[in-house]
Amino acid sequence: MKKQAAYAAFVVLLLAAAAYAAFFIAPTDARQGVVYRIIFLHVPCAETGLLSFFVCFVGNVAYVLKRDAKWDWLGVSAAEVGLAFTTACLVTGPIWAKPVWGIWWTWDARLTSTAVLWLLYVAYLLLRSLIEEPERRALLSALFGIFAFIDVPLVFGSIRWWRTQHPQPVIMGGPGSGLDPTMKAVLFFCWAPMLALMVLLMQSRYRLEAMRGDLDIVRREMETA
Amino acid sequence: MKNLNSVFAAYLIAWGIFFVYYLTVARRAAALREELEKLKNSLARNK
Repeated sequence: MKKQAAYAAFVVLLLAAAAYAAFFIAPTDARQGVVYRIIFLHVPCAETGLLSFFVCFVGNVAYVLKRDAKWDWLGVSAAEVGLAFTTACLVTGPIWAKPVWGIWWTWDARLTSTAVLWLLYVAYLLLRSLIEEPERRALLSALFGIFAFIDVPLVFGSIRWWRTQHPQPVIMGGPGSGLDPTMKAVLFFCWAPMLALMVLLMQSRYRLEAMRGDLDIVRREMETA
Repeated sequence: MKNLNSVFAAYLIAWGIFFVYYLTVARRAAALREELEKLKNSLARNK
């Protein structure tokens, strides 16, 4: 418990350092002004969300193959955490879009595929809440999770494959794309606390699911006693 | 410093989402821990 509190404090410190870097170290964008600084929050949230869904996918595939409850616990933990990061991404995006594009939202390929991704993982969690029997719940949600993951490469590729209102990629983009070196360094630095936060949230959520597993065992013992 | 409010709003809302989520996980864990203890105690009493 003490270790977790220390790690949580470390994550908070990292988040504060990232905010400092985003506000005071990164130079102001010549065209967008200060509002572009949302990139240091929006992009790390988006990338960490996609990474969480990848972890969920790994847990789902492993559960289908091994039928070990621990993989199911990992799957649901990662799905919830991914949803938290994607929600933050979907909220910060429009706040940035309004002053720059003049609109809060548009149904282009990137925004639409991200909104669909959010809905798919909400459905994943809803599905779990509808099935009582643990093994059946784990298997059906794992199969649904594998299906839901199909949208992740679509989100990643949407700004590479189609013309979108959303900007083209600034990292791993085509020729002529990219960021000022200081901005790029700050962006990578800002991703670190998000990854640390992802680990913290996933660990806490995994422990909760493990406890739920213990509770199911005790309940079954009581029923047979 | 045009639109600085938007930047602050984005940071506050995003951090708020993570904080509230962490809080809900901690609350759910505390409630489960309590329930688990109760069940374990009643199981021990019945044995």
